[in-house]
Amino acid sequence: MADVALQGTGISTAAQLDRAKVLQRLRLSDVAFRHLTRAAAATVLAILGGIIISLIWGSLPALRAFGISFLYEEVWNPVTEKFGAIAPIYGTIVTSLIAMLIAVPVGLLIALFLTELCPMWLRRPIGIAIELLAGIPSIIYGIWGLFVFAPFLQQHVQPFLIAVFGEIPILSTLFAGPPYGIGVFTAGLILAIMVLPFITSISRDVFDAVPPVLKEAAYGLGCTTWEVARYVVLPYTRVGVIGGVMLGLGRALGETMAVTFVIGNAHRISGSLLAPGTTISATIANEFTEAVGDLYTSALIALGLILFVITFIVLAIARLLLLRLNARVGG
Amino acid sequence: MDTALYSKRRRRNVITMALAYGATGFGLSWLVLILVVLLWEGFSGLSLSVFTEMTPPPGSAGGLLNPIAGSLIMTVIAVLIGTPLGILAGTYMAEYGRYDKLTMIVRFINDILLSAPSIVVGLFIYEVMVAQMGHFSGWAGAVSLAVIVIPVVVRTTEDMLTLVPDSLREAAASIGLPRSLMIQRVAYRAARAGMITGVLLAVARISGETAPLLFTALNNQFWSLNLNAPVSSLPVVIFQFALSPYKDWQKLAWTGALIITLAVLALSIVARILTAQRKTS
Repeated sequence: MADVALQGTGISTAAQLDRAKVLQRLRLSDVAFRHLTRAAAATVLAILGGIIISLIWGSLPALRAFGISFLYEEVWNPVTEKFGAIAPIYGTIVTSLIAMLIAVPVGLLIALFLTELCPMWLRRPIGIAIELLAGIPSIIYGIWGLFVFAPFLQQHVQPFLIAVFGEIPILSTLFAGPPYGIGVFTAGLILAIMVLPFITSISRDVFDAVPPVLKEAAYGLGCTTWEVARYVVLPYTRVGVIGGVMLGLGRALGETMAVTFVIGNAHRISGSLLAPGTTISATIANEFTEAVGDLYTSALIALGLILFVITFIVLAIARLLLLRLNARVGG
Repeated sequence: MDTALYSKRRRRNVITMALAYGATGFGLSWLVLILVVLLWEGFSGLSLSVFTEMTPPPGSAGGLLNPIAGSLIMTVIAVLIGTPLGILAGTYMAEYGRYDKLTMIVRFINDILLSAPSIVVGLFIYEVMVAQMGHFSGWAGAVSLAVIVIPVVVRTTEDMLTLVPDSLREAAASIGLPRSLMIQRVAYRAARAGMITGVLLAVARISGETAPLLFTALNNQFWSLNLNAPVSSLPVVIFQFALSPYKDWQKLAWTGALIITLAVLALSIVARILTAQRKTS
């Protein structure tokens, strides 16, 4: 439009040509930039595709050799090249369960404290401290767990557990000695400390999203703080809390370094939580560089594929739940 | 008035509130416990030689110069690869296709990649680069870190650009600025602090990452800046030294852990200050 207007003003054709050139160049760079950003966005999808394809490709030899039995065999013998994944899968699930059993109630209680009880001036510092806990690299948890936490558990906590639960039928199996220090139980506790900040910060955010009117109405009826939390806040935020818990679970399932240090790397399923075990990620971290032979490497990549599929499903559910919550809050 | 019921409710309330206080103390005490031990063990081994000498063979003194250099180099390359890609992808999601299908899918996948197990990224790069090239290399390590940088930068870039008010975009468009220039000169400038924060958070995230480096960059006991060969890195050295039976190595592992933690804390504090400035201005 502007060009049409200019034509009538008698400006020299050279200037007009210049102007057209500049406009043309701008239009080109505009299109180029747009396509560039779109390509970059597609890279994110390409990364996911690449991960899935390369893991499937890498695990083909092992899956061909063992078939579906790879999923439920317990044997893990690099010498005879017989591999089964059930011990690491079991370890991954049990350590994550222990972590969630501890971290979920504690995380929710901290979120409750931060949103209902804590004096205003303390909220930010405590929130920041919790986020710092989330920012500490997992290898720090690992080295701390190995040198400080595991010996402490071995000397003080595990003998106590063994003595106390020794007479009770099921618990005596779960807590059968000797106290190694390292093992499934210790790994679960370290994971609990690691996922605690994730669960806390997401729960705090969704608790904060509860309309004050709802809470005030409940307080006005004479509800106690606990009753407000239990019958108003929790039902209102249920979807978000479950999403946060799943997100924490996804982290716990895939966590590598902290677990590798303290799990003991033993390929067997033991009834006792105090015994050494292994997880998928710990097995890969410990054995991958030392794996000789294509089948061994391939079996480890197949473990990685299983881990990725499990965490992908858990994280996808978490995101879908959180999306649903956002849609409701936004709408 | 039913006093029995009333006191029961009160009692239950007092118990849960006490539990909430207890839980908070419990959570914070871990932070204190970890930091105290780390500072104690780390500082007792900290000296100038840590920054000037190579990693020693077992039983002798040495430093962490080669892993520190290796970590720095791989982090810089990872940021150089990951940041432009992440910013461009975030730009598409916030500026061009805010409501289209591609953005919805990319956002969903990106959020999953954000918390996907990093060891799987290591396996991916192993298959794509190490297995193809036939040897471990610093490049492979840097690329695997870049794969972890991308989702963090994508997320913060998108979030920060979405916060830029539309009136700024409209003002730029009304004076005839093409869209790409509007984004580069107006939107980026308005969202700059937030985007830098994203990059800092990404650096904090990868500076402690161990799992993806284990079988991409591997490790190197000697001074080597050749990115086509295995390169040493702080996290991997900590992993190796901490699990060794030698006291000297364990000491160095603690010192390395302290250096990483201080770096990560410093990065997150700077990132926090940047975001705080954004909010007040």
